[in-house]
Amino acid sequence: MDNKQSLESTKHNRLAYDRSINWKKYVVIAVIILFFLLLYISSFGVQAFLQQLVNGIQLGSIYALIALGYTMIYGIIKLINFAHGDLFMFGAYMSYFLGNYLIAHHFKSPFIIVLIFSMAVTALLGMTIEKIAYKPLRFKPRLAALITALGVSLFLENFFALPPAEVPFPLNKIVFGPHFLPFPPLIADKTYNLAGISVNNIKILDVLVTIILMILLQYIVKKTMLGKAMRAVAFNKDACLMMGINIDNIISITFGIGTALAAAAGTLFALTYGQLQSPYLGIWPGLKAFIAAVLGGIGSIPGAMLGGYLMGISETFATSINSNFGYGIAFIILIVVLIFKPAGLLGKFDKEKV
Amino acid sequence: MLKVRNLEVSYGPIRALKGISFEVKEGEIVTLIGANGAGKSTTLRTISNLLKPKGGSITFLNKDLLSVPACDLVKKGIVHVPEGRIIFGPLTVQENLELATWGRKDKVAIQDDLNKVYDLFPILKERKNQLGETLSGGEQQMLALGRGLMARAKLMLLDEPSMGLAPLLVRDIFRVIKQANNEGTTILLVEQNAHLALEIAHRAYVLETGNITLDGPASEIAKNPKVIKAYLG
Repeated sequence: MDNKQSLESTKHNRLAYDRSINWKKYVVIAVIILFFLLLYISSFGVQAFLQQLVNGIQLGSIYALIALGYTMIYGIIKLINFAHGDLFMFGAYMSYFLGNYLIAHHFKSPFIIVLIFSMAVTALLGMTIEKIAYKPLRFKPRLAALITALGVSLFLENFFALPPAEVPFPLNKIVFGPHFLPFPPLIADKTYNLAGISVNNIKILDVLVTIILMILLQYIVKKTMLGKAMRAVAFNKDACLMMGINIDNIISITFGIGTALAAAAGTLFALTYGQLQSPYLGIWPGLKAFIAAVLGGIGSIPGAMLGGYLMGISETFATSINSNFGYGIAFIILIVVLIFKPAGLLGKFDKEKV
Repeated sequence: MLKVRNLEVSYGPIRALKGISFEVKEGEIVTLIGANGAGKSTTLRTISNLLKPKGGSITFLNKDLLSVPACDLVKKGIVHVPEGRIIFGPLTVQENLELATWGRKDKVAIQDDLNKVYDLFPILKERKNQLGETLSGGEQQMLALGRGLMARAKLMLLDEPSMGLAPLLVRDIFRVIKQANNEGTTILLVEQNAHLALEIAHRAYVLETGNITLDGPASEIAKNPKVIKAYLG
């Protein structure tokens, strides 16, 4: 009897002990974050802080949307799709063309139509790339597909940057050219002033569209048969075949959804900044969103969302202190997080099967 | 129902199956027994088209099976319950079962099947919202078998359903297999536990290093002195 009691109490103690360790860790992290917050507020004021927070959430939304595509594609075929940033670019250009066309034909605010069109066309391109470039390499060493992804990325950038005047007939209708283009105003621009913080309706739209798409994605992945199949294919492809699930179709659809999210991000990005620099514009957002996906734990959907927002917010704050800080801060955060959590914030290591 | 003729499979230079032939008739339980590495799982994986054979033919209901892609087999009426309880760890028990009905549109019948599996394995019902990876080995095997039943196949390929399970659980699993057979599912059972397999099977084949060395009614195989010596001890 005595023995049993003491056993139980050690068990109890151990649980309490475990919990206290967790507590301490989070307290330390919270204190560090709070310290930097107070430092920022004391030197720049509350208003500047809130303003940067709003800007950061907006930028983070775009990173999160791109990061979701990276993480979904990695989750299902363990491929880092380096061409993802270029699909983001392609989506922005698709919106540019349809947006201009619709505005020329007297549509007032064609944002929704343009967004859906751009997502659909870019999804088709993404699925085509998967069929042509990645599918033949699916059961080959992973490095082969990775290098192919880099190749696809370089191809998309350089192909679409060809000047239309210098290429032969069928191609000159496809390529975008290397020049700067003003992005059509798909929605009337209004700026609100809330207690000294300026909020643009386009920025609100960015956040709103992102949240809607995230909820939609979460619903598809968690509640529908398609989502269940996607998670199952990510876990074990042979077992899916035995259940009669066509893994080729599921992978293709996953690519479609991932690239559609990139296209949405591209459209929002171009709309927010009102311009398309060149077909190389996807490189940096793509790279930073990739970092965001790794930061959150690649393969994890909530991780990509968290990583995207973390990335956007910290980049905005860093840039507001010193404009050269912005790019560097992303990598510093990544390195620090990976030292303490090598699988990313919400990631899990695959258990190797023996 | 299922006819396998001169099936040859190699892993690189290693010949795993050296031209085996066997047959499963409708309504039967046929067991394939043999030691580790005899080629039992290879046979099932080839029928499921997960492996490409070097030679031979497989027909199901008089139609060629080798040209059917693996993912279309369930539609044709064949379901494979793999070795090692490959269930979907990050999905809940219920989601695992629902996925087995992929491609089926009859929602009412699916619900019936689900209830039936829960009746057979009440523990799965208790744990239906738990992730697959949190189940014990025995529960995972029940889930794998339940998933096989959900597919409503004509022919069920079972790969070592007793592996690593406690004897009492094995009895349970075999009772369910027998019951599924009584309700009309034809079963091809691969087992190392020859004792139990021969007990429920109608016919048996003995597989040794890629060749079928013995075949006949299960009751006769069970009495064969060589089999007793090698597998039943």
